[in-house]
Amino acid sequence: MPTVVFLESHGNELQKGSLGVLAKAVSLGDGDVGAVIAGEGARSLAAEAGKFGAAKVWACEDSEVAQPLPQPRVDLLEQVVEEGGYDTVLFANSVLAADVAAGLAARLDAGLNWDLADVELRDGELVGKRPALQDSVYADVGWSSTPRLALFRAGSFDAAPAGGGEPEIADTSPAYKSYSTAVQLVSQDAAESGGGPSIEDSDVIVAGGRGLGSPDNFTLAEELAKALGGAVGATRAVVDAGWYPYSAQIGQTGKTVSPKLYVALGISGAIQHKVGMQGSGTIVAINKDPNAPIFEFSDLGVVGDVHEIVPKLTELVRARKG
Amino acid sequence: MSRPSNFPPPFSTADYVAEPTDPADERIEVGVLIVGAGPAGLACAIRLGQLLEESPDVAERLGDVPVAVIEKGKQPGSHLLSGAVVDPRALRRLFGNRLRMDDLPSYGEVPGESVYLLTRRTAMPLPPPPPMRNHGNWIFSISQLGRFLGERAEEGGTMILPETAAEKLLVSHGRVVGVRTGDKGRNRDGGELGNFEAGSDLVAKVTVLAEGTQGHLTGVALDRFDLRGEDPQVWELGVKEVWKVAKPLDRVIHTLGWPLRTAKKYREFGGSFIYPLGEDMVTIGLVVGLDYRDASLSVHDLLQELKTHPKIRKILEGGERLEWGAKTIPSGGFHSLPRRLHAPGLLLCGDGAGMVNIPRLKGIHYAIESGKLAAEAAFRALQRGETPASALSSYDDAVRDSFIWSDLYEVRNMRQVFGRGFYVGGALASAMTVSKGRIEIGKMRAEPDADQPLLDSNVSYPAPDGKLTFDKLSSVFASGNKTRDDQPNHIKIERRVPREVAELWAHMCPAQVYEVGPEESDGTVRVELAPSNCVQCGAITAKGGRLTPPEGGSGPEYTKT
Amino acid sequence: MRIAVCVKHVPEGPSHIDPSTKRLDRSGEGALNHFDANAVEEALRLKGDSDTEVVAVSLGPQQALDSLRKALAMGADRAVLVSDDAAAGSDLVATSRLLAAALEREEADLVLFGQQASDADGAVLWAAVAERLGRPVVSQAMELAVDGGTVRVKRQTEFGYDTLEAPLPAVVAVSDAINEPRYPSLKGIMGAKKKQQDVVSLADLGVDAGEAGEAGSLTTVLALGEPPARGDARKIEDDGNAAQEIVDFLAEKRLV
Repeated sequence: MPTVVFLESHGNELQKGSLGVLAKAVSLGDGDVGAVIAGEGARSLAAEAGKFGAAKVWACEDSEVAQPLPQPRVDLLEQVVEEGGYDTVLFANSVLAADVAAGLAARLDAGLNWDLADVELRDGELVGKRPALQDSVYADVGWSSTPRLALFRAGSFDAAPAGGGEPEIADTSPAYKSYSTAVQLVSQDAAESGGGPSIEDSDVIVAGGRGLGSPDNFTLAEELAKALGGAVGATRAVVDAGWYPYSAQIGQTGKTVSPKLYVALGISGAIQHKVGMQGSGTIVAINKDPNAPIFEFSDLGVVGDVHEIVPKLTELVRARKG
Repeated sequence: MSRPSNFPPPFSTADYVAEPTDPADERIEVGVLIVGAGPAGLACAIRLGQLLEESPDVAERLGDVPVAVIEKGKQPGSHLLSGAVVDPRALRRLFGNRLRMDDLPSYGEVPGESVYLLTRRTAMPLPPPPPMRNHGNWIFSISQLGRFLGERAEEGGTMILPETAAEKLLVSHGRVVGVRTGDKGRNRDGGELGNFEAGSDLVAKVTVLAEGTQGHLTGVALDRFDLRGEDPQVWELGVKEVWKVAKPLDRVIHTLGWPLRTAKKYREFGGSFIYPLGEDMVTIGLVVGLDYRDASLSVHDLLQELKTHPKIRKILEGGERLEWGAKTIPSGGFHSLPRRLHAPGLLLCGDGAGMVNIPRLKGIHYAIESGKLAAEAAFRALQRGETPASALSSYDDAVRDSFIWSDLYEVRNMRQVFGRGFYVGGALASAMTVSKGRIEIGKMRAEPDADQPLLDSNVSYPAPDGKLTFDKLSSVFASGNKTRDDQPNHIKIERRVPREVAELWAHMCPAQVYEVGPEESDGTVRVELAPSNCVQCGAITAKGGRLTPPEGGSGPEYTKT
Repeated sequence: MRIAVCVKHVPEGPSHIDPSTKRLDRSGEGALNHFDANAVEEALRLKGDSDTEVVAVSLGPQQALDSLRKALAMGADRAVLVSDDAAAGSDLVATSRLLAAALEREEADLVLFGQQASDADGAVLWAAVAERLGRPVVSQAMELAVDGGTVRVKRQTEFGYDTLEAPLPAVVAVSDAINEPRYPSLKGIMGAKKKQQDVVSLADLGVDAGEAGEAGSLTTVLALGEPPARGDARKIEDDGNAAQEIVDFLAEKRLV
């Protein structure tokens, strides 16, 4: 199953999510895995890809791929798939990668399974695991032809170096369609660092519920979120009560999130809230009530007083990161 | 002892009556406006479609939209909830030979019937008292029936406008000329959001209110035109679930007794129903009179407890809850009917007017019949080309000549009698039925539910197990309710009350809208609200507050109730 | 100018997967995918009072007309539904093929998509459609403006905000942060029924039945199962050390 992984780079760094997919592909152990890196300085990143197990890196430093735009990368991948004889192309979800994957699927008339949480080899066939219905059900999905394209949820796999050596590097320069290069980047602004990450994009969310006791106690959640580098969320109950703005509301009638870490402070875990965050990677809940429903779906449940635990927790986290 | 009625809500009828204010060219004009896409409203629309088809000249005079139905739910059926075992006579009269019963979305004729008197562990079969004999009746999901009737109405030329709340009654020169629809896109503080859309003046030659139980504009109209009947209306609260089941149920079941308490001081009147919906579903509900006195009573939790009865547990074994919902039923009967069912430009139908036969647990066929009669009266009035103040009175005459009137008259004292306690009441009720209403016990005045003094026996209910029994919040979820949170509070209620009144509301509400808040220095407590939980059952209006319609499209999204 | 907006009719109410087809049970009630409402809203804002035509396009069963009517009620001028039994069960490859065929007929200057579908079946569709149409595509638009023959987009990525320009004709997918969709007014709802609504079949589009539906799809659903168990769920009581235990737990999972 000759496989190639699309590695995303930004600011001269390979994105962890796509490295995780590379590591996963290598771990499937079905032959050599290639990687594609596009953009300025792509060649220099090849060695890093090798560490994560890429046997061959297709590097493209054309001016056409200097901007982080998807369509020229479709042209690139089409070329790589053809030249490398790959029948499987893997992506880690991102704003860019999703567009590349879908564009490539149309270009090659290839099946694309996306929003996958995992993948496995079963009797030599690739089978993807796709969560559905707000993560309450998992579907096994497959491909009825090749090439097979798969787009994995961000953060599905840890990027663990596979101890690989120097990869073979192939400088690639495809032909670009006229429409691929029609979009021009006029300007770029980095996200403001002051405000902290938004709920939708954050890897970590610390959410507060009525168990916090009063609106002033939301500072407990805020301090912990800052220490963890995450965003602050709120339940419908506290938003209704005016303790926190609606933009932070997580749940059925608020936002749906799936961060790597969700810390629930004083939240009972009613289903209206649950459906907004049950897809989170790891859920830690602190609540005084030992019978709170949230303990039924958290990875670590702590029966205790948030006012005593959280300040200490925040300090310890700061110390670790410091 | 407190009475909830001592703490009236900040509600004034005058706030909901207005002249049209939109400039004339922005008003929306329709021929006949029907408020409510339930059985009554849709029967009215369907009948009007039939009549207008035969009289194109009248149709033409009604403009581009001869018949319009506005509905506050997401679509017809979203806010409909009942048992339901329906007497088919009104459906047959409505459709004539255009449709057969088989064409309707029913679950078939009632296969058999049982009535049980329950104690916590036993179930004693009783012969079904005559009003409860359901031979020849049909089982429906009223939500599905509503959807079906909506499609038939549209086929007949009616325009249905869902997600549209009727907020004010438009009255000009003493005549009802239409309704003003509610605003959309206001935030919690009443301010305008980016996509704010003001309501519109919807004007019509005849307005038919078919809003169902606790109809908002119906209540306004009863006050504005002084239409209230001799007795105040009283209500029951029904909470029900729809279950997928492993074994088919072969009969309709009604129960009396447990978990309701029979002692007179509690005034707990009601019972349960369990109906098969085809081979693989069952609907189970508990109905309790809102004149109960115990502040700690919770109909939702009583329903959960009911399911643990050995006989009932067996029916639901291996099954799965699909849906949940709640709604009130007007139960004052004949003496609580409005003294007139019309006003200039206005007709009142169905549950909104209190047309429910509690001993038979039936009202849908009255709703349909009244809708049909309203259509015929409206049509007659339109034919003469004008609607003078008395032109619509033919509707009242038609209702008085119909089976609606004679049926309700026959059982006119049944409900009140149960106020004397279950056992005494049961005997009297049988006596009245057997004599077909000729034995008169003497009319008993029904007191408004909110006038009942409170006691607090601190009932505690078993904790829900999440498989057979459920808490309120997950039940609200199972009603399909996804109401937008950031909108004005639609519940008018006194926010500082004695603790037992707040407890009453908190336990009463099946959707957990009310909570007992912090205590104030004078011993009263603050009532906290979560209005977006509201499934618009109407219980609060019976017990001291006032429900008004929230933003159109809010509330439950029933499909099988 | 003509703007085409792709909209989807998605199931409402509690979702179920049909065990026989292993796909979402779409037989119940449906509604306009709320993310697509953002796209319709944006098209209407671009239209303003001009004579730009806004066409709503959808692929689905007959019931999808309900969602198209909602777009018309909001202010779209015309609706096109691609409806054919052979199209049921189409995956991304097949869907993009059908939509592209329908959009070719429309010859729109700008094609808009919403961010994703609430039934999670339609995300990333825009890039595939743009590829088939041979047009430039920009996604995650949070601000959009058309000037002469160019569309200018401000988009949000993980790293910040990009401002991009592309020549028309182009395909743009808007994020839900771009606007707050308007409520259809009563007049709009009433007027919607009179607006032009075309239903086209595969034959009308010149697409072979074998290229659509399950036949034309290249991905399959093999089985349905439970999500993986949440590993070792732990529950502890605070005895003064909870904070440390939490940190240790997070460290173990390399979350801190």
